[in-house]
Formats: sequence, C-alpha cells, structure tokens
Amino acid sequence: MRAIIQGSSPPGRARLRVWGKSLRIVSAVLYFALAIASPTFAVQPDEVMKDPAKEARARELSRELRCMVCQNQSIDDSEAPLARDLRLLVRERIAAGDSNKQVIDFLVARYGEYVLLKPRFEPQTLLLWLLTPLALGGGALGLWWQYRRRRFGAEAAAGERLELTAEEQARLEKLLAAQSVEKPN
Amino acid sequence: MIAEIGHYALVLALALALVQSTVPMVGARLHDPVLMNVARSTALAQLLFVGLSFLALVLLYVTSDFSVANVYENSHSLKPLIYKITGVWGNHEGSMLLWVSILALFGGLVAIFGRNLPLTLRANALAVQGWVATAFYLFILLTSNPFLRLANPPMEGRDLNPVLQDPGLAIHPPMLYLGYVGFSISFSFAIAALIEGRIDAAWARWVRPWTLVAWMFLTLGIAMGSYWAYYELGWGGWWFWDPVENASLMPWLAGTALLHSAVVMEKRNALKVWTVLLAILTFSLSLLGTFLVRSGVLTSVHAFATDPTRGVFILMILCIFIGGSLSLYAWRASSLKQGGLFAPISREGALVLNNLLLTTACATVFIGTLYPLGLEVLTGERISVGAPFFNLTFAPLFVPLLLALPFGPLLAWKRGDLLGAAQRLYAAGITALVAVAVLWAWVRGGSAFAPLAIGLAVFVIVGSLTDIAERSMLFRMPLGIALRRARGLPRAAWGTMFAHLGVGAALIGIVCESTWNTELISTLKPGDVAKIAGYELKLDDLGQRQGPNFGEMVARFTVSESGKVIGTMTPSKRSFAARAMSTTEAALLSRGFSQLYISLGDTAASGAIAVRIYHKPMVLLIWLGPLLMAFGGLLSLSDRRLRVGAPKPARAARALQAAE
Repeated sequence: MRAIIQGSSPPGRARLRVWGKSLRIVSAVLYFALAIASPTFAVQPDEVMKDPAKEARARELSRELRCMVCQNQSIDDSEAPLARDLRLLVRERIAAGDSNKQVIDFLVARYGEYVLLKPRFEPQTLLLWLLTPLALGGGALGLWWQYRRRRFGAEAAAGERLELTAEEQARLEKLLAAQSVEKPN
Repeated sequence: MIAEIGHYALVLALALALVQSTVPMVGARLHDPVLMNVARSTALAQLLFVGLSFLALVLLYVTSDFSVANVYENSHSLKPLIYKITGVWGNHEGSMLLWVSILALFGGLVAIFGRNLPLTLRANALAVQGWVATAFYLFILLTSNPFLRLANPPMEGRDLNPVLQDPGLAIHPPMLYLGYVGFSISFSFAIAALIEGRIDAAWARWVRPWTLVAWMFLTLGIAMGSYWAYYELGWGGWWFWDPVENASLMPWLAGTALLHSAVVMEKRNALKVWTVLLAILTFSLSLLGTFLVRSGVLTSVHAFATDPTRGVFILMILCIFIGGSLSLYAWRASSLKQGGLFAPISREGALVLNNLLLTTACATVFIGTLYPLGLEVLTGERISVGAPFFNLTFAPLFVPLLLALPFGPLLAWKRGDLLGAAQRLYAAGITALVAVAVLWAWVRGGSAFAPLAIGLAVFVIVGSLTDIAERSMLFRMPLGIALRRARGLPRAAWGTMFAHLGVGAALIGIVCESTWNTELISTLKPGDVAKIAGYELKLDDLGQRQGPNFGEMVARFTVSESGKVIGTMTPSKRSFAARAMSTTEAALLSRGFSQLYISLGDTAASGAIAVRIYHKPMVLLIWLGPLLMAFGGLLSLSDRRLRVGAPKPARAARALQAAE
C-alpha cells in the first residue's frame, strides 16, 4: 500500500489571496460549485439504520425533502452538512415511531413548505397541480369543438357552394357564352 | 489587437444584421428582387464577421491573453489546449457569442441552401432572422462583451470551473445551441408566413428539414448533457429536473410536437394554424431557456451567470419577440386558410393526439419550472418543485402517448381503421405481454409498475418494427422480395422506425435504472473487497498522480465476476489549485448495456477511503435511445423528397411551355 499524499499547490493559494476580493464576489457561485464538486457523499455509511424497512422509508422520505442550502437537490443526493442533519433527523423521527406523514409535518413545521420537493395540494399550489389535467382536458375539449365546428362548417359550406353571387353568375354566363361561341370553330 | 478585431467584427455584424432585418422586408413589400436579395448577401457577410469575431476569442484563449478580462476570468495558461478552446463557451460572454455565431450559421445556411425558396419567403424569413440577431448582438455588445480589456493584465488566469474541464463541454453546449438556435429558422419561416398571410404544404416541406436538424442536435445535446452529469457529478443521477435541464426539455417537447404536426401539414395541408403556433412557441421556449440560464434567475447546477442588468435585457428581448410574434399570430392567423379534413381515427388524428400530449407535457414542465419563481414574486412564499412532482404529473402523460405511438404509422390518412391497426399490432401486444409475464415471474423486488412499463416499451419497439414489416410485406412474401421492398421504402419511414425504437429503448433504460439500481456505500482499505450485483471489486491501491493543472488521487479496483477478472476501474478525485476546488472522476465499466459505477469520497486517517459503488442495469439504453432518435432524424433528413425539394409548380409550367 502506498501512502496517500494530499495534493496542494502553494502558488495557487498565494494567487487566491491576491484575488480574494473578486473571489468573494463570486463566492455564491463557488460555494455551489464546491457543493456539487466536493467528493463527499450524501448518505454516509454511519447513517444507515439497522432495520432495512425503516431505512427504506428514510430513503424514500429523503428523496422528497429538499436540502435548503443546495440548488434543487434532495437531502438524499446532497452532501451538505445541513442535508446530513436533516437525514439524521428523519431517521430519528422514524426510530421514534412517527409515520411518514408525521415526519413530513414535523419538518414542514420546522422549515416551512420550502423543504418539500413535492408541494402539498393547497390553495396557493392549486394552479401548479391542476394545470396538467386542465391543459389535457381543455385541449381535448378544444379539439372536439374544433372537429365538430369544422365538420358542420364543411357541410354548411358544401350546401352554400351551390349558390353563386349575382356577380359570379354573370361571369359564369359570360364564360359559357364565350365558349359556346368558340365551339363551332 | 486580436481582441479589438474581434470586437470590431462583432459591431460590423450588428450593422449587417440591421440591414438584413429591414432592407429585404422593404424589398418584399415593393416586390423588388434586388432589395430582397440583399438578405442573402448580408446573411453570408454576417456569418463571416461573427465567425471572425468568434475565431478572435478562440485565439485569445489559445494564446492565454490575460489582458482580456474574459480570458483572465476563465482560463489558465497550464490548461490543456482542448479546454482552452472549450473554455471559450464555458462562461456567459463566450457562450452568448457562440449563440449568435450559430444563429448566423443557420442564417448563412438558409442563404446558401434556400435557392429553391420563393424569393419573398426567403427575404422575409432572413429579415426575421436579422431581428433576432440584432437583439442578441446588442445584448452582447451592451451587457456581455467578451473582448473587454483589463487595465493591469495579471500574470495568470483564474482558470475554468473544474467541473467544466471535461470533454463534455466540447460537445454539450454547441449541440444544445445548434438545437435551441436551429429552431429560430422554423420561427422565422412562421413569422414570414404570417407576414405574407400565405402558407401551404410546400412551406412545411421547406421548414421540416430545418426543424429536423435543430431537433436532432437538441436531442443529442440533452442526452450528452445528461450523460455528462451522470459521470461527472459523482452521484450517478442522470436527470435531476433541474430548472436548467427543464429549460432545454421544454423546447425539445415543443419541437417534437412541431416535427409531427409539420408532417400533417406537409402531407395533408391541415393543422396549418397550429403548426405555425408551435413553431413560434418552440423558439419562444428556446428564448425562455436562454433567459432562465443566462439571467441567473434560477441559480442552479448550470447557472454560472448572475447579473440583473443582463437578466432585464434578455427579459426585454423575450417580451418583444414572444409578445410580438404571438400578437402577429393573433392578428394574422385567421388569414391562413384551413386545409384537409380528417376523421378523429386517422393518421392525422394520431398526430394530433401526439401533439396534445406533448404540449401538455411541455406545459407541465413549464409550470413546474416557473411556478416557484412566480409564487415568490407574487406572495414572497417559497416552495420547491422537484423530481417527485414531475414523476407524478409528467410521467403519466407518456403512458397514453406510448400506447398510441405504434398505432400512428399504421393508420391511414384521412380515415383510419383502428381495428385493422390493432390486428396488425397483435404480435407487438403479445410480445409485450410475454415480457411483462416473464419479468413478473423472474424479477424480485422493485415497483410493480416496472414490468408494466417495460411491457409498454417492448410494445413500442415491436410496434415500430411492425410498421416496416407490414410495409415491406415481411412474412407474407418471399424474403428476397420483402427485403427489396424494405430497401425501397422511403427513408422517412425508416427514420420513423428508428426514432420510435429509440423511445422504447430509452424507456427500458429509465425503468431498469430507477427500479433495479443497486448501491453500496462503504469505507474500504486497500485489499478490501466489495460485492455488488454478483461482481467483486477489490481495492488494489490508492495512488497520487499529477495532471497538467490538477493533482489527483486515484484508486485502483480490480473487478471480477465469479472468480474471473473482467477489468480494472480507476475512480479519482482531482484537486484544482487555481480555484481551490476538487472534482470526482467516476470510473465506469460497461457490461452490455449495464454499468458499474464507482466514485470516491473522503479518506479517513486510517488510510481507508469512502466509496460509493453502483450497479446500474441497462443504464446505457437511456442514452442509446436518444442516439437512435437522432439517427432516425438523420435518415428522415436524407429522404429523397427533402433532397429533391418542394414541388415547383412555376417551373413545371415553364417546362411544359418548352415542350410545346
């Protein structure tokens, strides 16, 4: 086995100090990049619960809970310290005998709706949840209406086609007259 | 000097775009062919100057000219050449320059290959293209100029974000932009058609190849991005329902719908008004995607740009183009004549159903992506919309879509025979049921839906093969004749088959990966063996390696299956000094379509290292599917009728005269 040498680069560090100010400006970006890049893991070996059924429940719940300091990551995916705290909290509640709903309620009471990756069906999320069925239903209804209108429209048009306006009638007669003159030739 | 040339070329391109956006349109009004032809020359000249500008930025990166702010911010003299070049679009300013370059490229291509277009249509479409170009040149020059100099040039650059130092960056953004921006062509043609108030089947035939090209690149771009995230981010996920991913998925869904409705328009001269609307919506969603990503309004995995002035500028572009085009649509759409009637059960009907489901899916992604933003702006309340929401709302839409998919190509135009199509799909249905039964009997664990979903995928795959088999009379004629018939089928039919096969393949991959994925999280010391899914992975040693601009710790695993060594895997952890950041480089080992995946975690004082090992069954199908889809697109693109071009009644008449 070879020894593990931690990589470091002094010149790089020195430059970082010089440009520290501009670095702070983009610290948010960096923080985030670090969060995704840092090679630590989400669920740590020491977090796993002994009872596989309970662990499975914990994993399932973790996937529906947001790591609030991360960008769109569930606590199951995130390696941020907060996500770890939340994972442990979820497991603690499960171990204490809470149902899934109780765990969720507990976390929402503590951290607000923001913690849920799947928003609850409530007045302010009405449109969010209902848009898909409404779009589908509305689209289908619109198509049906369009189809009916066009079918009847076509039938009506077929009826109308027999009648020419006075002007058209005159033109037609003129054309026919011209043709009948030509025909003998 | 190079920076100034690049900057100046960009200003010239803006001037040309201004000419292109006005003169040809005036020409079309006055029926003046000279003025209309200005569109062609300005589009080509614009391409030349943007190309020059882009080349200048590439040169600045290659020569590591840190007196240019953009190069200093995103490059490093020790970076390998490929990442110096790809770094050009690994940042906000450069990626916008790539955006306009691709826009100019498409404009140039229309100018070159659009000889058979009616002159007014070409002039108007290129003028619209000129408006878009003008808006984005102004955006770059006023808010995101990549050629700005620094007063005191530093000695060394700040380096590119290490996550982006990957071959993925060479392919993913250009592909994605070729897709996004490619839809500008169908948009320009749609606007031109609205301005002229005339649209016909020939229009659809001209627009379809451009849409197809854009769609192919977008498909590949999204798939590439997904694979990149899969191996680079180190947690083995391939789709995160991240707003930035959604931003690219929306134009893809709308573009897929557009491809299908354009078929109806081309063959049957129906659905004109809808097709025009879809063309507008698709590019509007591309613009929205650009806005979401580039303005930093959603800070997420990909958003490395945050600056409100830019956001407001793009928002203005967005409002002007989307608002303007939709107003024009509302005003002029009634002037477009409706064409061919069809019964609900017909090929057209099937394609309408496809459009209904795809646009609903698109609307779902749209609301899920923008709802949290809107709610926060309006009420200050913050909610999250993530994967569990989309799994519940988006995924079910694909069940009817995929169930109906094999029926589509088997139904006749105008009035189809559903029972006849169902009879021809017997084989596909039975195969699917057998697949479900076998999976139910053999496979343990996982959701009960998984075998059903795979059955659906099998139905799609065998169903799309059925169409070709039916059309070539396979099993009903001698094999030789059937093969000859198959070869004689239009390439578009083969394209349809491959694209639909791809859908089925991707579904199998998605279901298998998410259902039977196994994971092992553990700490290992050299010499330890980890067992997963019948494989044994022995950690041989841990070592240190020096790259050009990073140091890395490499773990070597020997992989064996039932005692036989089948390969080695070397996951690593890289640390980049310039940004004091590190990345995980996962190791992948493919067995058929399945993969073993290892990524490294922290080292403990005892010399042990945390590792995460996955076995991902059939995971490669997730990306093979889109490859097949794009291949289908390519075949369809090479179809004779598109190569030959649209029928030209005028020339036919002239030919008749000549014969007299």
